[in-house]
Amino acid sequence: MAEESAFEEWRERYERAPIRPERFATMSGVPLAAVYGPPDAEFPGVYPYTRGVHASMYRSRLWTMRMFAGFGTALDTNERFREIIRSGGTGLSTAFDMPTLLGLDSDDPMSLGEVGRCGVAIDTLADVHDLFANIDLSSITTSMTINSPAAVMLALFVAHAESVGVPRHQLGGTLQNDILKEYQAQKEFIFPPRQSMRLVRDTIAFTAAEMPKWNSISVSGYHIREAGSTAAEELAFTLANGFAYVELARQAGLGVDDVAPRLSFFFNAHIDFFEEIAKYRAARRLWARWMKEHYGATDERSWQLRFHTQTAGVSLTAQQPEINIARTAIEALAGVLGGTQSLHTNSMDEALALPSEKAARIALRTQQIIAHETNVANVADPLGGSWFIEQLTDELASEAEVLFAHIAKMGEGSMLEGCIRGIEENWFQGRIADSAYELERSFNAGERIVVGVNDFTEGNDDDELATLRITDEDERKQLGRLEAVRRDRDDEAVHSALARLVTEAADPTINLMPALIAAASTFATIGEMMSALEGVFGRYVEVPTL
Amino acid sequence: MSVRVLVAKVGLDGHDRGIKVVARLLRDAGMEVVYTGLFQTPETVAAAAIQEDVDVVGLSMLSGAHMTLAPLVVHALREGGSDVPVVVGGIVPPGDLEELLSLGVAAVFRPGTSGEEIVEVINALVTPPR
Repeated sequence: MAEESAFEEWRERYERAPIRPERFATMSGVPLAAVYGPPDAEFPGVYPYTRGVHASMYRSRLWTMRMFAGFGTALDTNERFREIIRSGGTGLSTAFDMPTLLGLDSDDPMSLGEVGRCGVAIDTLADVHDLFANIDLSSITTSMTINSPAAVMLALFVAHAESVGVPRHQLGGTLQNDILKEYQAQKEFIFPPRQSMRLVRDTIAFTAAEMPKWNSISVSGYHIREAGSTAAEELAFTLANGFAYVELARQAGLGVDDVAPRLSFFFNAHIDFFEEIAKYRAARRLWARWMKEHYGATDERSWQLRFHTQTAGVSLTAQQPEINIARTAIEALAGVLGGTQSLHTNSMDEALALPSEKAARIALRTQQIIAHETNVANVADPLGGSWFIEQLTDELASEAEVLFAHIAKMGEGSMLEGCIRGIEENWFQGRIADSAYELERSFNAGERIVVGVNDFTEGNDDDELATLRITDEDERKQLGRLEAVRRDRDDEAVHSALARLVTEAADPTINLMPALIAAASTFATIGEMMSALEGVFGRYVEVPTL
Repeated sequence: MSVRVLVAKVGLDGHDRGIKVVARLLRDAGMEVVYTGLFQTPETVAAAAIQEDVDVVGLSMLSGAHMTLAPLVVHALREGGSDVPVVVGGIVPPGDLEELLSLGVAAVFRPGTSGEEIVEVINALVTPPR
């Protein structure tokens, strides 16, 4: 019997998919097919998914317009969350402030000037109670962008949900929890890499066993690209990190199909339009092939790379900030034509300050124009079959394979070991810094034009944009809140919970999540839990290299 | 003798792309550059600047804490008896420029500043007026 063709397989899947009630035609009435291509082409929803993970793509459901929110105290952000839900939002995305992201309490001397500034300040379970007050966590999904203290934040979240009667198996959401890219690019690390990976392993194993609706890691290339990598490096390092997490889970006794479907990805949408689209297509193809052929995954959800996209913060200019709206629109369009599952568009004022409400609204409106006015979402992978795009996709994929081979070699065959050694030996950091320098050199030499920066600068002097001003009022409020919790809690319970955490941290065979949930429930602070762990794990100091 | 510059990251901000690129551009221009690494305090930066006997201190700040931390670095240097100029690069809203300068910061480089311009300003700061 002849094997079913990709086209047949696509058609069966498409016919089973729910389709939005809309007339799919051009503005002038020309009917549109769901996908175009000869019968022997690749098709979306069919392995290796180069053209998209779903057969019907945006005809079933548009991408999620997931905008990141978090500022001030938990009470402030709770108000913003409830506003998002009232206006029809179905997913929350939490931004934490810098002290929280680095496992410090708001009253730590290093936190000075940073409390509640880039995101919401969280110190104890009391803050998490306020953050999610009057929000039904059994019906809404919650994404938490946090890495080094991800296990602690998950423990606080579970402790909160169970205290209000929502069992952990009903909780849906995502933890960023991608520690490898912290050492490579974002630099929000605390413990040394191997000790951090033990915490990641514990969260993977815990959520696999007890939280069936939870995505354990959002493997993130965004920060790698923002730190200066090329598109091929972003692609290769991100997928290599994904392979490393799969190998880590296997070490913990899980099967590839237990963990791979719970990994999602997060990519940058930079300004080189076609290269970005090719990058997303190559990412899907590479992931599918590696999961199936290299790691032996048999569940097709393991093969399907789903991803979130954010437009490139580094592409925005402080000069003539309004023109950033155009840059962001072009980048967002690349994400959509590349088949993203969700999208965050940056605000025009991000090279000046944290976004103002008006700038954030324009950024969301940009997505709505792409979704509802341009008609680009109604045909899957509209650029598929373009000689240019297909060849660029192949070239990015083979550049990534060369980098995979190098990482595997560093790890003597193991991607997990290769990623860790590449960090310890500053290989990733050095490559990214070299690429960043090369790009900057080309701007300085005038080889590349940035509008408003090294050309077309008329109008640069009248850039008066109203930007968001943050006072230190929130810092004072949060210090008061933390002081009250420290005063009212049972110190003895806190101390014995922290002592248990220290004992269990010293035994790498123990999963730390139960001890963390117990400690969180006593109102131990994030800083206390993290320093208890630091006593056992030690602290990572990056060797400063230029 | 070549100009010596200490480039530093103060506080919790881990964005190190800009500082590394600028450090290399300063080296290309013949300056000697010392990098502190991440997560420094105003005190450790001042101590390093004094110990390394640098001509200029450059802070890279992208997390919004510049109004709190940059003046503290200036203060720590002056307390330590050093009068080296402090320059700041990063995400600094236009409204903060004047105030930063009035708090003792010698120059602010906003996004898009060319390497050439940074080198020029630093050279002017370290050349004693005739």
